[in-house]
Amino acid sequence: MARSTTKAAKPPHRPSALHPPPSALLSREQLLDLYGWMRLTRTLEERLVALYRQTKVVGGLFRSLGQEADAVGSAYALERRDILSPLIRNLGAMLVKGATPVEILKQYMAKGDSPTRGRELNIHFGDTERGFIGQISPLGDMVPVMAGVTLTFKIRHEDRVGLVYVGDGATSTGAFHEGINFAAVQRCPLVVIVENNGYAYSTPVAKQTAAKQFVDKAIGYGVPGEQADGNDVLAVYDVTKRAVDRARRGEGVTLIELMTYRRKGHAEHDNQSYVPAGEIERWARENDPITRYVARLTGEFDFSPADIEAVDERVRRDVDDATDVAERSSPPQALDALVGVYADPPAERPLWFREGSASVVDVHERPEGWGTYNTTGEKR
Amino acid sequence: MAEVTYLEAIREALFEEMERDVNVMCLGEDIGAYGGAFKVTEGLLDKFGETRVIDSPISEIAIVGAAAGAAHMGMRPVVEMQFIDFVANAYDMLTNYVATARYRALLPCPMVVRGPSGGYVRGGPFHSQNPEAAFVHTPGLKVVYPSTADDAKGLMKAAIRDDDCVLFFEHKYLYRRIKAEMPSGDHVVPIGKARIAREGRDLSIITYAATVWKALDAAEQLEKEDGLSVEVLDLRSLAPLDDEAIQATVRKTNRVLIVHEDTRTGGLAGEITARINESSFAWLDAPVLRVTAHDVPLPYAPSLEDYVLPQTADIVRAARTLAAY
Repeated sequence: MARSTTKAAKPPHRPSALHPPPSALLSREQLLDLYGWMRLTRTLEERLVALYRQTKVVGGLFRSLGQEADAVGSAYALERRDILSPLIRNLGAMLVKGATPVEILKQYMAKGDSPTRGRELNIHFGDTERGFIGQISPLGDMVPVMAGVTLTFKIRHEDRVGLVYVGDGATSTGAFHEGINFAAVQRCPLVVIVENNGYAYSTPVAKQTAAKQFVDKAIGYGVPGEQADGNDVLAVYDVTKRAVDRARRGEGVTLIELMTYRRKGHAEHDNQSYVPAGEIERWARENDPITRYVARLTGEFDFSPADIEAVDERVRRDVDDATDVAERSSPPQALDALVGVYADPPAERPLWFREGSASVVDVHERPEGWGTYNTTGEKR
Repeated sequence: MAEVTYLEAIREALFEEMERDVNVMCLGEDIGAYGGAFKVTEGLLDKFGETRVIDSPISEIAIVGAAAGAAHMGMRPVVEMQFIDFVANAYDMLTNYVATARYRALLPCPMVVRGPSGGYVRGGPFHSQNPEAAFVHTPGLKVVYPSTADDAKGLMKAAIRDDDCVLFFEHKYLYRRIKAEMPSGDHVVPIGKARIAREGRDLSIITYAATVWKALDAAEQLEKEDGLSVEVLDLRSLAPLDDEAIQATVRKTNRVLIVHEDTRTGGLAGEITARINESSFAWLDAPVLRVTAHDVPLPYAPSLEDYVLPQTADIVRAARTLAAY
């Protein structure tokens, strides 16, 4: 089933003069800040594409093109002390929480001084001090984990809130169900965001659930549910801020569904053959979150094109500088592979056939003649 | 000092650790108001309250995952699987999330997953399992499986204090059948150290959990009837394995029988045999033999369960074969 172009969500809280939305309290500096994070997300990913094509990104590359508003607007509703757990398309949320472009670049390029020392891929890393916990690939698992993080906030009477992102696909997992149910029962201060971007890898939403909309699942868990336009950064901020405030007041879990659209494939290799013709282009043309926000900034908020350009210029410079720094880093030392599985013992011993050797294999060990085959069996 | 059962020893450890460290908490199905299906956690709720003793929904994924999240934040959760058979539901969370947390994300995950395990109790296919091998196979997890009451207490305290995730298998057949006097003071048994349960010269039985007791019975019988001096090594910890203790007993008696209640294929005995082969082949006077459960789901009827599981008579027979080799 093809999705309509801009499936507008019904606003559950109509702003009025008496009850202005939380975003009405954002300063001009903060309004521009939101734009800066979205622009940084996109520019950084564009740089990663260039590095990927130069084979400097040694694994897969995951884009959040068209979803920058949902990541940035939601994370922006948190305080510094709060903790979120991002998904693969929440680079923007991690940047807001303090992850740096250098870290992201080193991580993708598998550098020895990357946040995971070359052990994990892409944006799978975290830092509890800065308030983000790295995801793992099995989907839905971060919901129970964040239930435990926020349970701890509750036990310790800490004034802190958690935010966890899942995609439309992850709502079908047992972990999602068990995690949100557990958090709801325990009234954990947790916000669960379902990013409905239309596809889980190649699977459209209609094959993921028979529910009319994901926000309906909130009823089953006995928690408030809200749906918002995920490509409107201020709407995302508003809906998340309301949920965060409820959680902080001890009112427990909220389920939020953000309506957005994944304009790139599951990962960079994915040719999106399953997407109906014209759909991606239509979203790009009519519903790009950055284009939409720039129009509001220069329209109703009265920023000048020069203000916007200054941000763009700063972001370009930051990404250039970060790339230079990241490229200078070295890959990890092979023996570091055996360090840190446990606190005790601190390292595993090399197996007998590796004793005395510092590196692993000759990098040219793989014979040229092996080739690579594409899906039709042709050798490339 | 009065003797306490294996079950009471575990409960003592939980009480003492919760008193010692405010970050220790318990999480599980029916563990609070009801005190647990076997009453291991009885009294904890009254003493420590419902923020530290949490009755959870029937959600093994959620309680293991939530324990991991709490552990990241400095708590030391102890999660009960009502029966260890149900840990299969949390297999992804344990192997993919918990086991890798320190390595892939430098995130500490100090937690204990404990539960009643093992057969000989007419529990049938889903209340009798010994799924330890799957977790021993997973780097990042530690696995212990005590056979005595004092080890149960000391290892539980060590598991709670360990900075990584420990799977704590409790043998339900032993819960109320064995007793021991608890050593006084803060009794902690280090993880990774085996225990010689009986000294011997002629052959070694390497085993753990309930079959330690069967091996001891067999050793007694072999001494009386055959004049054989049998050493019994109780592994206690399965991950990490005590390679030193295994090597020492192999090199002492030169004949080794490995006994476990888990099924044969992919069980610990295969791994231990391979390690003996790698480290001590030249010391062996006979091939390493094993006595294990048959490779079938564990059936209910006494005649069936007794046939499938290793019995003392099997150990005696295998030891005689080994001694005569």
